[in-house]
Amino acid sequence: MTTIAIIGNPNSGKTTAFNRLTGASQRVGNWPGVTIEKKVGHIRHRGDLTLVDLPGVYSLSPYSPEEVITRDFLMQERPDAVINIIDASHVERSLYLTTQIIELGLPTVLVLNMMDDAAKAGLTIDRTKLAEALGCEIVETVALKNRGLDQIAAAVDRTLAAPAPRPVAYSDDFEHFLTAVTAALGDAVPAGQARWYALKTAEGDPAVRASVPSDRLEHAETLIKAYEKHADDDRLEIVANERYAAVGRLTETSVKAHETAGRSPSDKVDRVLTNKWAGIPVFIAVMGLVYYISITAVGGPLTDWVNDEFLGAWAVPGTREFLTAQGVDPTIIALLVDGIISGVGAVLGFLPEIIVLFILLTVLEECGYMSRVAFIMDRVFRHFGLSGKSFVPMIISTGCGVPGIMSSRTIESERDRRITAMTTTFMPCSAKLPIIAMIAGALFRNSALVALSAYLLGIVMILLSGIILQKFKGFSGRPAPFVMEMPVYHWPLLATVVHSTGQRSWAFVQKAGTFILLACVIIWFLSSFDSSMTLVDDINDSMLAAFGNAITWVFIPLGFGQEWEFTVATITGLLAKENVVGTFGTLFGLAEDDGQGLWATVAGLLNPVAGYAFLVFNLVCAPCFAAIGAMHRELGSWRDTGKAVLYQCTLAYAVALIIYQFGMLICYGTCGIGTVAAIITMVLLTYVVVAKDPFGSFRRQLGQPEAIA
Amino acid sequence: MTATLGQLKCGESGTVIRVAGEGALRKRILDLGLTKGCRVTVIRNAPLGDPIEIAVRGYRLTIRRAEAAAVELA
Repeated sequence: MTTIAIIGNPNSGKTTAFNRLTGASQRVGNWPGVTIEKKVGHIRHRGDLTLVDLPGVYSLSPYSPEEVITRDFLMQERPDAVINIIDASHVERSLYLTTQIIELGLPTVLVLNMMDDAAKAGLTIDRTKLAEALGCEIVETVALKNRGLDQIAAAVDRTLAAPAPRPVAYSDDFEHFLTAVTAALGDAVPAGQARWYALKTAEGDPAVRASVPSDRLEHAETLIKAYEKHADDDRLEIVANERYAAVGRLTETSVKAHETAGRSPSDKVDRVLTNKWAGIPVFIAVMGLVYYISITAVGGPLTDWVNDEFLGAWAVPGTREFLTAQGVDPTIIALLVDGIISGVGAVLGFLPEIIVLFILLTVLEECGYMSRVAFIMDRVFRHFGLSGKSFVPMIISTGCGVPGIMSSRTIESERDRRITAMTTTFMPCSAKLPIIAMIAGALFRNSALVALSAYLLGIVMILLSGIILQKFKGFSGRPAPFVMEMPVYHWPLLATVVHSTGQRSWAFVQKAGTFILLACVIIWFLSSFDSSMTLVDDINDSMLAAFGNAITWVFIPLGFGQEWEFTVATITGLLAKENVVGTFGTLFGLAEDDGQGLWATVAGLLNPVAGYAFLVFNLVCAPCFAAIGAMHRELGSWRDTGKAVLYQCTLAYAVALIIYQFGMLICYGTCGIGTVAAIITMVLLTYVVVAKDPFGSFRRQLGQPEAIA
Repeated sequence: MTATLGQLKCGESGTVIRVAGEGALRKRILDLGLTKGCRVTVIRNAPLGDPIEIAVRGYRLTIRRAEAAAVELA
């Protein structure tokens, strides 16, 4: 079994190439210990050539998790060969990585991808000259159009049979220096990697230096310091300059750019999409379009069809009839039909909407517009310790939180990724719209301000959480820098859109299938039986109702605890947020569509302030189980997921408390213990947000050791 | 004081002398090709003023002005 690693810069078309090379043989998992995808497969029709997809990187530094995974794999697993995918329009920058791979002593096949774009940009690449200069096989491809990929396997075969590639030559001075360092390190380095170790030691790479015995390191260090003095530069710059100079020599005879007059088509598009005046309006329009297509025009109606027609009119009653006719026990029928089918079905019912959202998201990613979104929004997010990349998940979450959370994967900084995954559900998703509609209709004369305030609240909560969460141990550290390549725009490939949407939708279905099934059964059970385990006809007598009654006092300071139905509705919202309004209907014995009846009832039970507090609580507290499952996938452990949910519920409670109590004070002049509690909460919240290290002083008081920053 | 990339206005260019700073950010900037002798041009600001989009080594990069201040230019 021959193992081949696929490596390349981000945006080099590596993913498309990998997908096309492996086809159905690819399996997706995670690299151990991190939530970064690991894809393994084999080249089509060549079951002997296993391909491992390494994360996109620009270099083999020891800093970002992607780089660490990649270099560890190359250094420790020692694949038999490496396929380095390069964007042919950016040969110089790409070869920076290639030279490092070769220095690791790994046989390499260079794939010049996106040759069509390079040709359009007026670049000519002399493949033979470059192959000779590098000492590698070179294959030209256009992965998007499936051209040239069939040559790769043969190139790999030839490479495996050939001797290891010779490393690139640096300046004479530097080469002398390297020879001395290599000698100094001697046999302390693994075979075949001597040059790599010498270079990394000279560069000051902390990980490599830590693995070298200290006496050798000291000796090398003397040489390095002397060279730094001689070159009047520091080691990091010395090596980077040498490497780029060497790459320049490699490409000067083989890569020629014709002086193309005017700007590239991609640049012309950017002049409109990111200019000072049109940038933001265009962006709002694009996001509005995403929302419109996924919720109003296509996704929403399809979802309604699945819920109302397929499930409501056919599957649920049909199954019930069938089972009854078979003489199955009524309790089992109830479990299967009302519990499992209805429950899981309701969640799967949002699959059409989710599929549409994934399609739109993939299109925007693939064409390159997502980078522009991050570029435009970064200024706002920077002040809250996040970056513009956190904005995209927020947009998606206005449709559904599950794809929103999943899209946080593209954020490179682990800290930002985790914070985004935890907070993106503060944006009202489409399932929460019925709750907004109910409160607005029953208590605020259908004012549009209710919905608007809900979205604004979501944004504020996310930004606030960016500040608050940073102060926790698990999220500390300097904010990640925002240095990002702006890829050239190009038309997304249908196959990629289909493939990506399929993969992500399947991940959602798996969550629905496994996790939610269990939750559905539990909630059905609790709402159908009373504590003596007898089936009840009226949900008011069930265990769920008893539970609701028992804990409803918790919500009295928030204004909606006096009626247990609100507590129960909130709990059923954990399954799917649409259930909140639906449950009211069931509990009050009314059809939810009969706006008058339900809204009148709600208006009779809550005043507007309490209603708004109820809305806020449901918007900010734990999202539905599907979203919790998606969070688990991004955060990696149940413990962290539990902490995230706890954070969300605590924040929801605090904010709803403040809103209700201060609202009652301002609008009705009522004051009491609740007001005091709200004031204290407000002060605590302000303190946590404003103080530099609020938990540090708390820890010190408890006598606990200081957190490692 | 030498000019830095953080100070360049739209359309202006400069040649890199050195990259100040330390750690992962400095390494990333160097890895991406902002090395001595390299020509960089500021293409545009984001609509809200920051970050900036620069042209370097034939491709486009965005970077916040605060981080770009580490890149010293001639």
